[in-house]
Amino acid sequence: MKILTLLGLLSACFLANSINIEVCTSRFWFNYRHVANTLSVYRSVKRLGIPDSHIVLMLADDMACNHRNPKPATVFSHKNMELNVYGDDVEVDYRGYEVTVENFLRVLTGRLPPSTPRSKRLLSDDRSNILIYLTGHGGNGFLKFQDSEEISNVELADAFEQMWQKRRYNELLFIIDTCQGASMYERFYSPNIMALASSQVGEDSLSHQPDLAIGVHLMDRYTFYMLEFLEDIHPASKTNMNDLFKVCPKSQCVSTPGHRTDLFLRDPGSVLITDFFGSVRKVELTMDAINLTDPIKQMEENPVNGEEQKEVYSYADQLPVSEIIHQKPKQKDWHPPDGFILGLWTLILLVFFKTYGIKHLKHIF
Amino acid sequence: KSISPTAVTPLDRRRGQLAALSIAAVVIIVGVPLWWRTTETYRAWLPVSQIKDLAKLQLHLSADVEVVFARVDGDLLVQFIILRLQNMKPARYETKYRTATIMEEDALKKPTAAEADLSLHMLSESPCGSLVVYVIPESSSLLPEDVNVYIGQRRTALVRISAQMRVGKTLEQLLAQLEPRIKQVLQVMSFSHTDITVALSDRVRFRPGNKESIADSMRAFKSSPGYEITFSLLNPDPKSHQLHWDIEGAVQTYIQPLLTKLSPLANFSIDSQTLYYTMLGVTPRFDSSLEAYTLNADSLAHVINPVEARLGSNAASSNPVLNFLLYVPDIRHSPLYIHDHRKQEVPSNAFHSPRWGGIMVYNVNGFYGSETEFPVHVNINMAKVMGVFLAQLRLLLGVQSLSPPPGFLVAPCGSTGLADWELDRLMWSRSVENIATATTTITSLAQLLDQIGNIVINDNIAQQVSSAVTSLQLAMAELEVGNLGFALQYSKEAILASEKAFFDPSLLHLLYFPDDQKFAIYIPLFLPMCVPILLSMLKIVSEVRQRRREKQAKKE
Repeated sequence: MKILTLLGLLSACFLANSINIEVCTSRFWFNYRHVANTLSVYRSVKRLGIPDSHIVLMLADDMACNHRNPKPATVFSHKNMELNVYGDDVEVDYRGYEVTVENFLRVLTGRLPPSTPRSKRLLSDDRSNILIYLTGHGGNGFLKFQDSEEISNVELADAFEQMWQKRRYNELLFIIDTCQGASMYERFYSPNIMALASSQVGEDSLSHQPDLAIGVHLMDRYTFYMLEFLEDIHPASKTNMNDLFKVCPKSQCVSTPGHRTDLFLRDPGSVLITDFFGSVRKVELTMDAINLTDPIKQMEENPVNGEEQKEVYSYADQLPVSEIIHQKPKQKDWHPPDGFILGLWTLILLVFFKTYGIKHLKHIF
Repeated sequence: KSISPTAVTPLDRRRGQLAALSIAAVVIIVGVPLWWRTTETYRAWLPVSQIKDLAKLQLHLSADVEVVFARVDGDLLVQFIILRLQNMKPARYETKYRTATIMEEDALKKPTAAEADLSLHMLSESPCGSLVVYVIPESSSLLPEDVNVYIGQRRTALVRISAQMRVGKTLEQLLAQLEPRIKQVLQVMSFSHTDITVALSDRVRFRPGNKESIADSMRAFKSSPGYEITFSLLNPDPKSHQLHWDIEGAVQTYIQPLLTKLSPLANFSIDSQTLYYTMLGVTPRFDSSLEAYTLNADSLAHVINPVEARLGSNAASSNPVLNFLLYVPDIRHSPLYIHDHRKQEVPSNAFHSPRWGGIMVYNVNGFYGSETEFPVHVNINMAKVMGVFLAQLRLLLGVQSLSPPPGFLVAPCGSTGLADWELDRLMWSRSVENIATATTTITSLAQLLDQIGNIVINDNIAQQVSSAVTSLQLAMAELEVGNLGFALQYSKEAILASEKAFFDPSLLHLLYFPDDQKFAIYIPLFLPMCVPILLSMLKIVSEVRQRRREKQAKKE
C-alpha cells in the first residue's frame, strides 16, 4: 500500500500538462443537445485555462449553421438563451463526417497519416493528464457514431491499453454521457484510468429541458449538473474528484450516475478537479545566465541566393471555369465496354440462339 | 413386370452413397482449408525471440578514462603506482594510467588553469565519451589555494594531489587519496548511476533520491528526433515603444553554435515572431519602496496559458516546441521585476516552465527620459537577452545544473554554451533513453500483436521491426565498447524505426467480431449446405448398421 501511495504521489508530481478530447457523436438537428453538451464542456475547460492547442474537439454535425436553427451562429445550453456556448472563439478540429470511429481511434493511438496537422493530433507524453468526454447515443457495450457505425467497449479498452503501452498518458479521466454509459467503462484494464458515466446498464440518460423557441432539448441532465458544478471551479480551487462523483444524484438525474476508480493509483479524494479540467503549469525561476561577449555577426547579403529562391507560385485551377462558360464538352477517352455490358449482350445472344436455333447465325454474320 | 419408378435399385443406392461421401470429402478436405486460408489475416513474421532477449535490457556502459601523472619527485614511485593501479580489477571505467609527455608537461606549466586546458586540448583531441585526468603535484601553481580539482571546458580535468604524496608514504595511502578524488571527477564529468536511472525512468519506476533529481527529470524534454525553437517578442504597447531586435544575427552568433554542437542529438529548427498588444495575463503589483512593479513567483504560473493561446505553432511537424518569449512591459507598468519567494529580485528577470520554454522581462524605461516623443525607438541588447535564453535552453534540453562537490572549480562553458563533457553526459543519457524507449516500443508492439490476434501485420512493419531490433543490438554493443558517437547514432535509428512501426496507420484495423455476430454471419451460409450432407451421412451410417445387423441375424 505504501508503494502504491508513493507511486501515486509520483504521478502527482509528474503532471506537466492537461489535454482534452471532446467528442460529440450524433448528427441531425434533434440531437442538438449532444453538440451543446460538448461545447459547454469545451467552454468550461477553456475558461479554466487549457489552450486550444491542447484540446481536440470533434463535432459530428453543425448546429450553429444548421438550416433549422432559428438563431443562426449560436448554440445555447440553457433555456431563455442565457449562454451561447458557441461564441466566436471555437476551434473545431474534426467536424461533420470526419468524426468516425476510425478517426477517433487514430487520434487516441496516434496512428495518423504523416500529413495530419498538429491541431488534429493528440500530442501527449507520459506527463499529460488526459480528459476524454464522449456524448451521443449509446447502448449496452457500444456507442453510436454518426448513426451508421458503432464503437464497442472492447475496442475502447484496447485503444487505452495501446496508449498506456506507449506511455501516452499519465492519468486518464473518462466521462461519458449516453444511455447505459456504465457499460462503456466495464472493460477497461489499463492502469491510471478513472471513469464516470451518466447512467448504469439498463438505464437511459435523460435530457434536461426543451426550449420552445428553438424547438429541441438543449442539454442532457448529467452534463447540465456537471456544468453547474464546474462553474464554481476556478483555476486555483482545491475541489477534488469525490465532489464530482456526487454530481447529479438520482433525484435530479433520474438515472444513476456511476464511476470506476479501481484502476486509478491515487485516492480520488486527493485528485484535484483542476488536474484534468484546468491547466497546471510548474514554473521555475532562471537563476543563471550565460555571459556572452562576442558581438553579433553581421549577416552577409547573398544576392545570388536570394534570386535563386524566388520561385514563382500560382494558384491551381479550382474550377474549370473556361469550360463551364463555353460549354465545351469534355473529351472522353474511349474505353472498351466493361464486363456488365459484355455479359448482358452475351446473355441476349444466347437466349436468341437457344430460342431460334443456331442456323440463324449465318444471317447475322 | 415393371419396376415402380420410386423403387431404388442397389446400383442407385450405391451411386447415392458415393455422391454423398464425395461431397462430404470435398467439403472437408478442400472447403475447410480454403475457408481457413481466405479468412486468415495476413501476419508477416516478426523476430519474437530476439525481441524477448532485448526486453531483458542488460546494458553495459563503459567509458575510457586516462589518468596522466605529471612529473613528481621520484619517478620510480610513479611507476610503482601505475603498475599497481593497472593490476587492479577494472571497474565500469576502462582506466589507463601513464606519465605525461614532454609537451603535456609544458602545457601544465602555463600560468592559469584555463590556458593549460586550452594548450592540452591543442595537443590531442579526446574522442567523445572519454576523459583525461591530469594529476599534478601540489607544488604546481595552476590551481588556487582551496581548489583541488579543475574541470575544463573540454574533456580534461586537473587533479591536485596534496602534500602527502612524497616518497616514504605507503602506496595504499596514496591510492586512498587518489581514487575517491578520481571517482568524484567521474561522477561530475561522466555518467553516474542516477543519470542512467533517470534516463530509464520509462521502464524503471525510480525512487527519486532528492527533489533536485525529480526536478531535473521533469524539466527536460523527452528525447525526440527534432525540436522546434520559437523566439517571440511581445510588445503590448506599440504606441510607446517601437522595438527593434536583430534576432537573425543574434541566433546566428549565439544560439546556432550550441545547436550545431548538439546536432548529433537532434535536428533543430528555429523561427521567430513579434506579437503586438499581447499582455501578460496577470496584473503586476506596484511596490512603492522600489518605485517599480513586481510579479511574485506564485503568480507566474498563470502567465503562460493566456499567452500560449496567441503564440501559434508550426503546423508542419509534430516535434516538441520550445518557446522563448521576450516581454517588454508597457509604459504604464514599467519597470517590471520578478521577485522570488523571499521577495528578492531575480537577477536575470526571467523564468522558465519545464517542457515548455522560458519568458524574460526586459525593461526599456531606462533608455529614454520623460520628455521624449513617442513612440520611442529601442534597440534591444541581444547579448544580454540571448545569455538568459541560452541558459534556459541548456536546462530545457537536459544539461543538468548540478552543484559540484567542495574543492571543485568548474570552468565556465565557452561561447558555444556547452562544455564537451556536458555534451558527453547528454549523449550518454540520450543513448540510454533512446535504447530504453525503443526496446519498450518494440516489446509492447510484439505483445499487442500477439494479444490482439486479428490485426494485419504488413511486410513493411515487419521490416521496420527487424531493422529496429538490429539497430538496438548494435547500439548496445557500441555502448559496451565505449563508442559513444556510434551508439547514439544507432540508438536514434532504432527509435525512428520502432516509432514508425508502432505508429503505422495500417495497424489500426482491429478486426473485432463479437461471438454472436460470428454466428449470425456463418450460420445462413453453412447451415443449408451442411444439413443435407449430415443427413445423408447419418442415413449411410444407419444403413451400414442395419446391414450388419441383418448379416448377424443371417449367421445365427
